[in-house]
Amino acid sequence: MNNPNERKPGDDRDWSVVVEDGVAKTNEPVSSAVAEPEAATRRHEPHEPARTHLPEKLYEKRAVVHNKRIDGPFRRFKWLVMVVTLAIYYITPWIRWDRGPYAPDQAVLVDLANRRFYMFGIEIWPHEFYFVAGLLIMAGIGLFLITSAVGRAWCGYACPQTVWTDLFQHIDRLFDGDRNARHRLDKAPWTFGKILRRGSKWTVYLFIGLITGGAWILYFADAPTLLRDFFAGEAAPVAYGTVAVLTLTTVTLGGFMREQVCVYMCPWPRIQTAMMDEQSLLVTYKDWRGEPRGSIKKAQKNPGAFGDCIDCQQCVQVCPTGIDIREGPQIGCITCALCIDACDRVMKDIGRPRGLIDYATLEDCEREAAGGEPKSPWRTLFRPRTLVYLMIWGGIGGAMLFALGVRSHTDLTVAPDRNPPFMLLSDGSVRNAYTLKLRNMESRPRDMEIAIEGLPGAVMWTENVNRRDAAPTQTVNVPADLVRQVRAYVAVPAGTPSQEFSFRVTSLDEQRESDVVQTRFDAPESE
Amino acid sequence: MANKRIDEPTGTETVGHEWDGIEELNTPLPRWWLWTFYLTIIFSIGYVIAYPAWPMIDRATVGMLNWSSRGELAKDMSAADQARATVREQLARIPIERLPEESGLMQQAVAGGAAAFRVNCVQCHGSGAAGSQELGYPNLNDDDWLWGGDLKAIEYTLVHGIRQAGDDETRMSVMPPFEGAFDTAQLDALVDHVLSLSGKAETNATGARIYADNCAACHGPAGGGDRAQGAPTLNDAIWLRGSSREAIKRQILQPRMGMMPKWEGRLDPVTIKMLAAYVHSLGGGEDFVEVAENPEAEVDEQP
Repeated sequence: MNNPNERKPGDDRDWSVVVEDGVAKTNEPVSSAVAEPEAATRRHEPHEPARTHLPEKLYEKRAVVHNKRIDGPFRRFKWLVMVVTLAIYYITPWIRWDRGPYAPDQAVLVDLANRRFYMFGIEIWPHEFYFVAGLLIMAGIGLFLITSAVGRAWCGYACPQTVWTDLFQHIDRLFDGDRNARHRLDKAPWTFGKILRRGSKWTVYLFIGLITGGAWILYFADAPTLLRDFFAGEAAPVAYGTVAVLTLTTVTLGGFMREQVCVYMCPWPRIQTAMMDEQSLLVTYKDWRGEPRGSIKKAQKNPGAFGDCIDCQQCVQVCPTGIDIREGPQIGCITCALCIDACDRVMKDIGRPRGLIDYATLEDCEREAAGGEPKSPWRTLFRPRTLVYLMIWGGIGGAMLFALGVRSHTDLTVAPDRNPPFMLLSDGSVRNAYTLKLRNMESRPRDMEIAIEGLPGAVMWTENVNRRDAAPTQTVNVPADLVRQVRAYVAVPAGTPSQEFSFRVTSLDEQRESDVVQTRFDAPESE
Repeated sequence: MANKRIDEPTGTETVGHEWDGIEELNTPLPRWWLWTFYLTIIFSIGYVIAYPAWPMIDRATVGMLNWSSRGELAKDMSAADQARATVREQLARIPIERLPEESGLMQQAVAGGAAAFRVNCVQCHGSGAAGSQELGYPNLNDDDWLWGGDLKAIEYTLVHGIRQAGDDETRMSVMPPFEGAFDTAQLDALVDHVLSLSGKAETNATGARIYADNCAACHGPAGGGDRAQGAPTLNDAIWLRGSSREAIKRQILQPRMGMMPKWEGRLDPVTIKMLAAYVHSLGGGEDFVEVAENPEAEVDEQP
């Protein structure tokens, strides 16, 4: 599509000279192959066209974005999302949840040291990590769902980068004033007043970064204890390291890099671009209504010659990523809809209908441009694609809840000794040794009975039970919320052949949970 | 050569190369990216000064911090040693008879013994401690002990060895060779009697008489053996060197006797104690009950 030979209709601009950075530069000659198709065969001849030297640019200078304050329904929604998400992040580690004397009382805790993940009434062990994987898949499909329905709503409202950038932009406004004042201050010399302002603003940046990193570590240990240890200098070095790194990234990414993260670093805009279609809602400038642009004065002089856009630049000034939405959908647009608020306000002031910039699907845009009626929002949101996503999302969630509800809190694994596979005892009986692992996922110690099934005459003893007390069943106490390893010795009378049999473990409480594992008894070949 | 030009729709310069009409835009990097690049260069200078970097003939440059991966390992090893020091100290202090009462310490000793076993003992007894019938290395998992299977007896065997030359306290027993003492019929009768002790054959008068005259002094009238002098039990199911008639005949005529080195002086007392605990834990360890005189008492323990 970028082939320069293909002139767009009506494009009569002379491209032999281009203006870049305010300097007119020659654009001659073009690549020999492109200039004359037959020239491709002569490409390597010495008399190729002389090159034009353009000044090398090593970097793209960042245009600082100072967005203007705006109020409106979307801005208020953004406030709400910001308050809710930040509240969830900062408050969650402080919620308590009683689990009895053998488990922590923190509602949400990722206990890496003991390899447990607590979330309110749910406790997940490492072998059940598929629940976490399922949550991640749900998060992924949830993003597909949101994106296909309302476009980049995640980017615009809920992404941490957006929330913290928004927070930092409000801090800027609080300290330095609104857009114009901030631009002026940027250009101003470093007077005492500016140093004072910058210093205090950056201190607040640092404070926000610190509590952001500080809240993160509270998810990994008992929050009140860790907080006390942290300030007493007794917390683990990894806690200080994590807080330092997260403080640095919060201040750098949220305070200084901001929209650069979305434009250059984040893969998500690219992925979302691929997931949107003509029926996804996105923030759009309705060019058929707005173009050609002209001020109110011009429009009054020439009624009918101009569109609704009065080129007031409000939509550009309020944009937190500094783009011009009128250039069309683009990677820098996070669809936060602040430009809709800005434009609606202007349209109201000058008495034109709202929605020159609005959430619309590309299909609707075409239909509207052709004079048709837009689809109802409900039909836009609930279409087969979003419904399928919703069903998959709900199906995974339902399946996980079901699996969580019916899972057993008692589990047994059996590892037979391979070397030696069997032992002859002095009375001629044959002994096999097994390593049993009894898992007690309840937060209380439980007695469990180990029984041998399907091995006639077999008796069992353990490392703690003497052979004199050998019996077909043994009872062991498994500590709360732990796996207990038991060495089980099983002996059968002489002459018993090799065969399969099972261990059954049963919890000796009102739950009577049990688990059966089949394993093998090895015996010498009969002589 | 490169033909740079400005791309029309984007206003960006191309890199100047062109392949079948496809060109690449030379989109400039954002400035912070460039700074990151410079920062990595500065970092690398600091790294080269602080850490080993330039390869020399036998080793790399040392670096200001004097760091090396071997040094790191040595530090970790000494830290691990220090962490074990308290356990070893406790083990050194406790008499081995008292060890089973301290279940935590016992577990530590078994774990340490397992590690020491893999280094020092598996060469003969095998990695599963099952020994070798062919070569006469005893199985340490079963409940048949030549010299006793409680912790103290095992430790004594480890310390002094069996038939260890130059140790006055070593466990010493010799089975005399009976080569030429019996004719073929007598030998067959004796083998029948020996097998009959564990119910594997019918006894006979000749065999019983020869056994009573020659063997019962050490192996006992009923073949119960004698741990005091390391005489094997003959009336149980376990045969160190095989239970076939040929194996028994060979053992009567030209007895082979194993030798175990003493570990005193080669391993420190704590390691020997841990090894004893490990061998005792393999499933055949005995309590401190004087059962050595009457091994039958421990044979049939099934309820």
